[in-house]
Amino acid sequence: MFTWLLRRLFQACFVVLAMTVIVFVGVHVIGNPVDILISPEADQAERARVIAAFGLDQPLWKQYALFLNGLLHGDLGRSFVFNEPALRLIGGRMPATLELAVTAVLMSVGFGVPLGLYAGLKPNGFIGRSIMAGSILGFSLPTFWVGLMLIMVFAVTLGWLPSTGRGETGELFGLRWSFLTWDGLRHMAMPALNLSLYNISLVLRLTRAGVRETLLMDYIKFARAKGLSPARVIFVHVLKNIMIPITTVVGLELGSTIAFAVVTESVFAWPGMGKLIIDSINVLDRPVIVAYLMMIVVIFITINLVVDILYTVLDPRVRLETKA
Amino acid sequence: MSDIAEESPFRRFLSEFAASKIALGGLIVFTIIALAAIFANWIGPQNPYDLAQLDIMDGRLPPGSKSGAGYTYLLGTDDQGRDMFSGMLFGLRISLAVGVGSAIFAACVGTTLGLLAAFFGRRTDAIIMRVVDLQLSFPSILVALMILAVLGKSVMNVVLALVIVDWAGYARNVRGIAMVERKREYIEAAACLALPWRRIMFGHLLPNCLPPLIVIATQQVARAIALEATLSFLGLGVPITSPSLGLLIANGYQYMLSGKYWISFYPGIALLVTIVSINLVGDHLRDVLNPRLKR
Amino acid sequence: MVLGFRAFAWATTILAVSTLHVQAQSLTIASAAPVTSMDPHYHTLTPNISAHGHIYEKLIDLDAGGHMIPGLALSWKLRDDKTWEFKLRDAKFHDGTPFTAEDVAYSLSRVPTVKNSPASFQIYTRAVVGTEIVDPHTILLKTAAPYPLLPADMIQVYMISHKLGAEPATEDFNNGKNAIGTGPFRFVSYQPGNRIEMDRNDAYWGPKPHWAHVDYRMISNDAARTASLLAGDVGIIEFVPPADLAKLRGDARVALSEVVSNRSIYLWLDHSHTGTMPEVTGPNGEVLDKNPLKDLRVRQALSLAINRAGIVERVMEGAALPTKQYLPPGNSNHVNDLRPDPFEPDRAKALLKEAGYPNGFRIVLHGPNDRYVNDAKIVQAVAQMWQRIGVQTTVDTIPWSSYATRAGKQEFAAFLLGWGVNSGEGTNPLRAQIATWNPERGLGTANRGRYSNPAVDALLDQAMGTMDLAARDKIVLQTMKLAMDDVPAIMLHLQKNIWATRKGLTYAARVDEETRATGVVEAGK
Repeated sequence: MFTWLLRRLFQACFVVLAMTVIVFVGVHVIGNPVDILISPEADQAERARVIAAFGLDQPLWKQYALFLNGLLHGDLGRSFVFNEPALRLIGGRMPATLELAVTAVLMSVGFGVPLGLYAGLKPNGFIGRSIMAGSILGFSLPTFWVGLMLIMVFAVTLGWLPSTGRGETGELFGLRWSFLTWDGLRHMAMPALNLSLYNISLVLRLTRAGVRETLLMDYIKFARAKGLSPARVIFVHVLKNIMIPITTVVGLELGSTIAFAVVTESVFAWPGMGKLIIDSINVLDRPVIVAYLMMIVVIFITINLVVDILYTVLDPRVRLETKA
Repeated sequence: MSDIAEESPFRRFLSEFAASKIALGGLIVFTIIALAAIFANWIGPQNPYDLAQLDIMDGRLPPGSKSGAGYTYLLGTDDQGRDMFSGMLFGLRISLAVGVGSAIFAACVGTTLGLLAAFFGRRTDAIIMRVVDLQLSFPSILVALMILAVLGKSVMNVVLALVIVDWAGYARNVRGIAMVERKREYIEAAACLALPWRRIMFGHLLPNCLPPLIVIATQQVARAIALEATLSFLGLGVPITSPSLGLLIANGYQYMLSGKYWISFYPGIALLVTIVSINLVGDHLRDVLNPRLKR
Repeated sequence: MVLGFRAFAWATTILAVSTLHVQAQSLTIASAAPVTSMDPHYHTLTPNISAHGHIYEKLIDLDAGGHMIPGLALSWKLRDDKTWEFKLRDAKFHDGTPFTAEDVAYSLSRVPTVKNSPASFQIYTRAVVGTEIVDPHTILLKTAAPYPLLPADMIQVYMISHKLGAEPATEDFNNGKNAIGTGPFRFVSYQPGNRIEMDRNDAYWGPKPHWAHVDYRMISNDAARTASLLAGDVGIIEFVPPADLAKLRGDARVALSEVVSNRSIYLWLDHSHTGTMPEVTGPNGEVLDKNPLKDLRVRQALSLAINRAGIVERVMEGAALPTKQYLPPGNSNHVNDLRPDPFEPDRAKALLKEAGYPNGFRIVLHGPNDRYVNDAKIVQAVAQMWQRIGVQTTVDTIPWSSYATRAGKQEFAAFLLGWGVNSGEGTNPLRAQIATWNPERGLGTANRGRYSNPAVDALLDQAMGTMDLAARDKIVLQTMKLAMDDVPAIMLHLQKNIWATRKGLTYAARVDEETRATGVVEAGK
């Protein structure tokens, strides 16, 4: 177990490094951040000054070497745009995205599993079919379109919810969180729902598929024949069996939900990391892009690790030490 | 019933598939949509991709308006004076090509790598899964921005971007399923018989991974089309002079508050119908193909 | 799903009722772009400058129409050709210390020392080679050579207190420690990408601000900004998207205010290639041995082919004014007999024939898709029109992040750009855009098409050496006319700046695109 963990950690470091190289080359190919940031009225001397100040006059390999050197000292560089350490900048925006993504994923399980269970148990009933038809909407409608529709209905027409932005925040562990205040929760409702629609559909469909398969398994038939109550069969035997694909998906989706919060955050003017990263990409703020991606990779690898460990807990047939 | 013995697996599959009226309906609708997309040039009154045929003075006309050239804009026009009906047919073609193309390519790449990882384990598994981690941790928007910035905007490049974004999801899912499958008795039996690894992998492991793969792939077609729309929304999709269905919706997005609903509403409906029909077919395919749902 | 929605909607009704409250004398502004710092000397970025105007002030300010008015300086005049005298007013910083000449000297000297500035205000302070404090309310600014544009530069530089000491850090402005100005509002909090909160400065020297509290929010998505106004969450939005104009004009809940701006939209044409220009080819794709865009008749033809009124009406929905120059009518540097080119496709065809291109040619027209209002749509509309005179046009739109670099490398043949004249003064576009590219003298810095005309350069030099305002304006008009008749770039239109407010509020629309809480007034007050 320990060597396995160690090996995964070593691989993780390699992934992170590979990613930084890709970003350095990628940003270099796309364009020069100075051309975007500089005042249109600036003259050539001013342009040269800024290029030198950001170290962009150095050859790319040297810029990368400088970055690695900083990395060893725990310094990921300063944002070109905000003149703040990239990590602190992202850290300041992280709670907003994290609570949005976690809420969205929780909503996807909270709505997806019960609905999927129902649809799987009564696949031919009217409600079962309606649920499935509804789920198709969930992943076929573009997020930005649904987002604006939600604003139109709940904020503009009905006036129930605030249209955009983050509300009042409460403080916990020195960070600002919306879920601690009433106003914050109201602001979070629509973006979280918007972000979770795709995941709800995904979880719902996987649950239904799993339930339908499992119901035909011999051990379920046997359990029924043994006279176990239907509730026990469903909640203990069926649910347990379908938890593997759902755990995988929920795990995977938390990572991508954080990454994909970009669109939701930009429609709802939600000041999270997704908004920061899309803005940073637009102005090629390399230190922020690198730091953000490194963090996402780390979050992701952690999630994968947890998912793999959960696998073994949930399904004894899978062993961590796999040998061909 | 002497032909039972002669009935080929394919015939059996066909008759099982046809048993569901809804799935059959979905297939018929999808076929009509696909044909309409393929023959867009002959059905649409205008070539929406030829700038010389467009006139901004005909822009944002409501459905039913007459064009200068004499035909009727059945579903209105967009801001460039593009006939929405023709634009949707042409856009459908691009969206389908992008969605289906990227889903197929991504599924092939992802499944193969996922199976390899599960089958060989150890170093192969480690390398492939680390690449998967790397890939999955990149927001698709960044990948697309880089690819499109380096290569320029085109339908092929969007497909390429979507394949690069999506393959890892297949790989990870297939690996997860295959890891469970390869511990089963029939695979161990096949291994005992010393069957070649290719045969075990594609002949035995793959079919058992197929049902969930089909669920993912049908969703992925839908997801790819929607993602392409989102890329367009962020200004990174297909070229604006040859809009896909997604780009038409994204263009119409800014008119949604202004009451010019037709610019994004009709493409949205077309997108919805397409995706629903794909999914009806996909859902039923899964039920038919799933060996575990056989009674 | 349906069930979930209903339960959700029901729950939110209760939420909504319990927290409904109206704050008196509180204004929420929705700005269109994020403010990247609260340090007024960090980044010459319009959204920053616009937000900072609430907290800090400059020596010279602009009124809504873009004319210079006294800011922290009561008056300014030339002592001799190289010395400007500024008389300062009685004002107090938010911390209670009085504003004096020492603060002016300090602010000007601090500008070049700001660390890691991506776009420094140095370009506005560089001309000042020395300062001399005469008394607490009089300061002399000295330049190395006669420099008529010093007042124009001083409308860009915010004043901060010398009490901040040597090299105050940008971070300390963001957390509020150093965010001390003389402006009508005092800093309360800054949340990057989200909002700035400000309270009224009761000790303000000018008219007492109406709003006790200002919530300056950043909502960069166009539709979301409009929606937040319609939902009543904000009182005023800036950069109203043209697509929503028709709807908002008919909506009784909102009022619009608009003004023609100093921002022009135009198509640069490549002048840098004399021989083959890769992006311009013959009608059948064959390589041309010379760049057709170097021929005035071709440039004129491309301009005459464009239906500007059509673009303004259809693409911009009326939110623009056709133009052939950088400044709007009413500006003292606007040339009255420089009319927008008419829409004459037949004459355009004739000119092309005369220039030796009876069958036209092929050209790639580039545009950004995330920079200017409707940039990608304008490019498509122009391509339609060029197509009609036989110029086969391919459209390529790309994000600004890669566009900016490529446009600066003379890779494009025809490409859309915009230019905002912040100072509202004519030599600014002439020096940056039209003057021959000259790194040593800092001229032609934004001359991405590499246009060069010695006659224009000579006239411009003459204008820059003329200290008398009236005499200089005359030369500027003459230069502008000479340059624009030569079609260095195809001018399309001047954008209109449009704000939308909730009913009962009005905004004095500003030429310089800034949104100021002091300009928002309640009707009948």
